[in-house]
Amino acid sequence: MANGTIAMTDLPVPKAEKSFFEQSTNKHSGILSWLLTTDHKRIGLMYMFGIISFFLVGAIIGLLMRLELLSPGGKIFSAQTYNSLFTLHGVIMIFLFIIPGIPAIFGNFFLPIQIGARDVAFPRLNLLSWYVYIVGAILALTSLFLPGGPIDTGWTFYIPYSVRSGSNVSLAIFAAFILGFSSILTGINFVTTTHRLRAPGMSFFKMPLFVWATYATAWIQIIATPVIAITILLVIIERAFGVGIFDPALGGDPVLYQHMFWIYSHPAVYIMILPAMGVVSEIIPTFARRTIFGYKQIAYSSLAIAFIGYLVWGHHMFSSGQSDTSNWIFSLLTFLVALPSGVKIFNWVATMYKGSIDPQPPFLWVMSFIVLFSIGGLTGLVLGALATDIHLTDTYFVVAHFHYVMFGGTGTIFIAAFHYWFPKMFGKMYNLKFAKIAVVTYFIGFNMLYFPKFIMGYLGMPRRYYDYLPMYTPYQRISTYGSWILVSTLFFIVGYFIHAYFRGKKATSNPWGGVTLEWHIPSPPPVENFKVIPVITHDPYDFSQLKEMKDE
Amino acid sequence: MSPAPTAHVESVDFVMLYIVAISVILLIGITVTMIYFVFKFNRKKGHQPVDIHGNLLLEVVWIVIPTLLVLSMFYFGYTSYREYRIKPDNPLVVDVTARMWQFTFKYGNGKMTDTLYVPVNTAIDLEMKSMDVNHCLYIPAFRIKEDIIYGQTHHLYFTPKEVGDYDIACAEYCGLNHAKMYTKVKVINDDQFTKWYGGNWQPVKTEIPKE
Repeated sequence: MANGTIAMTDLPVPKAEKSFFEQSTNKHSGILSWLLTTDHKRIGLMYMFGIISFFLVGAIIGLLMRLELLSPGGKIFSAQTYNSLFTLHGVIMIFLFIIPGIPAIFGNFFLPIQIGARDVAFPRLNLLSWYVYIVGAILALTSLFLPGGPIDTGWTFYIPYSVRSGSNVSLAIFAAFILGFSSILTGINFVTTTHRLRAPGMSFFKMPLFVWATYATAWIQIIATPVIAITILLVIIERAFGVGIFDPALGGDPVLYQHMFWIYSHPAVYIMILPAMGVVSEIIPTFARRTIFGYKQIAYSSLAIAFIGYLVWGHHMFSSGQSDTSNWIFSLLTFLVALPSGVKIFNWVATMYKGSIDPQPPFLWVMSFIVLFSIGGLTGLVLGALATDIHLTDTYFVVAHFHYVMFGGTGTIFIAAFHYWFPKMFGKMYNLKFAKIAVVTYFIGFNMLYFPKFIMGYLGMPRRYYDYLPMYTPYQRISTYGSWILVSTLFFIVGYFIHAYFRGKKATSNPWGGVTLEWHIPSPPPVENFKVIPVITHDPYDFSQLKEMKDE
Repeated sequence: MSPAPTAHVESVDFVMLYIVAISVILLIGITVTMIYFVFKFNRKKGHQPVDIHGNLLLEVVWIVIPTLLVLSMFYFGYTSYREYRIKPDNPLVVDVTARMWQFTFKYGNGKMTDTLYVPVNTAIDLEMKSMDVNHCLYIPAFRIKEDIIYGQTHHLYFTPKEVGDYDIACAEYCGLNHAKMYTKVKVINDDQFTKWYGGNWQPVKTEIPKE
């Protein structure tokens, strides 16, 4: 140990250290040892089961919507069913999949390990957040089956329709209210953990960028989520007691609702994308085997995005009759928030320069992300400009744009993160050839599904339509065929991971040659992660450590 | 390509083309560079990786140039939008009522229709109200839309310069038959319009009172 990377290596490591699968943090065994666990890794995996299940449900609902749109005429579902389908697709994908997604699974699992901690700052609170998530999910599911029927307002719950609708609006949005608390509690936990539990020597600028991104996200979760909680409560009060807050028939202001909704929901977009950007900043250096280009610039841009992200909500409302002055200010700020994201993309590509690139599946998923996310970001510029937004808002162009950003961005990286960390989490390796095939079919299916929507949007196809004019048929067809390829790929991916879990080859502790702390400990990690808390002397992406690590 | 039905269409299409052209260049640049690096610096070639922590000049350049680009996009988007929002002089005012799930148009002489008829080369001012929930009157061919928030009056201005039929859609989700809330704007020439209207429709020019 010339320069003392990790004190742990000085100690004799017992050959068969028990992993967190085999050893529980409580006195129970079996299912109870999971349901009552305070181990951040087990909680991460429990989130994983919930979140992936809802992701697949959301994807199947999306598949059904595309099936309805295969031909004009509205033949398969009734209008009411379709309206509920797109609402559920949005609610499930946003509140149950993409907002918790990366932070709840990978943040829980890897944030403590990457800063050299044994757990999060408040392990019991962490378990509580999981239960709050599950209660929220159960309420959302219950609302589907009660009299009144599934919610049909769109995931934005715009007033006055959401006050007039006879469907189970109150229960469904109450579920979103509950889910918000899960998000807030996780945020508090991550902020405290990052501040208090960093290993000796790990200054803020030695933290891996995934930690930076998750940390910035946690602040948004804490500060922005209460706004949606208040808004939802006001809608419920309005529905239940007829108090006029938003509904003009009772003396309220519906535009006020839109403001309050987007004051949360726009920052929420960054809750969704920032952790994904953090994962990208982990994967690229590992497979290029060199340090990240512009570490501080990337770290600061996460904070910049988190901050400016609060100030752009009005760009969702350019056509709502808000003043022209508001419109140009929001438009200008929107263009400014695009810059730190653009800078990150340049940094990532520059990190490949003069590297030693081994394009393994996690890296290939990131390449696919860079293309899809760039398309999503660049089409965001079209929507940020006032003249074009007036034409394109509330059309398929917007639908295409946010699917490229959220699914092509965050969704792709959600999958990439599994490919990167699966061997660490489960100690097994998946079939690399299958994973490479999946990247290709995913990329093709994705673009077939969503690219035609840009064209349809420009031609004037409004969103949330269960039927359409015959002129759109060829584009709608391609889109539906794409959905078949994409959803099959998703199931294929789930399939080869399940296969790997049961039949896969044993993974080594560092299959990719990563240098952040999780690659210094066994796969799967032991309950307490580190026998001895490491002392950090290296920068996070200093690959000169690799040689020493071989001797570990 | 048929001629643009309003002057505003040309200006919106220009903004679109401007942003998309820059975007395509950036996208191709990023993608090609990335793929080139993956081949050029492939591990199989046995390169020794070089740790480059940053390059101040490069980082300044790739902040400054994109900033200038997006500011120009903002500018074009804003100026085109400004023109569209200016209330025209002496427009033909049509009252629009939106309800689940149809639009109704009412003219100065009390004539009511569910299809919008307008004379060509005349400035139109749609004065829009909703009877129930939020709607949005959207004319894709003219690249314009405006929400109709329940409880408020909204205006949409346009001056068609080509005769023809164009779709009107509702673009703000309004419940069950939102997708069926389609109608048309029929742009016809003055004589036809006078005949259809049944009399003089020319908006009275408001005289500016002299001191």
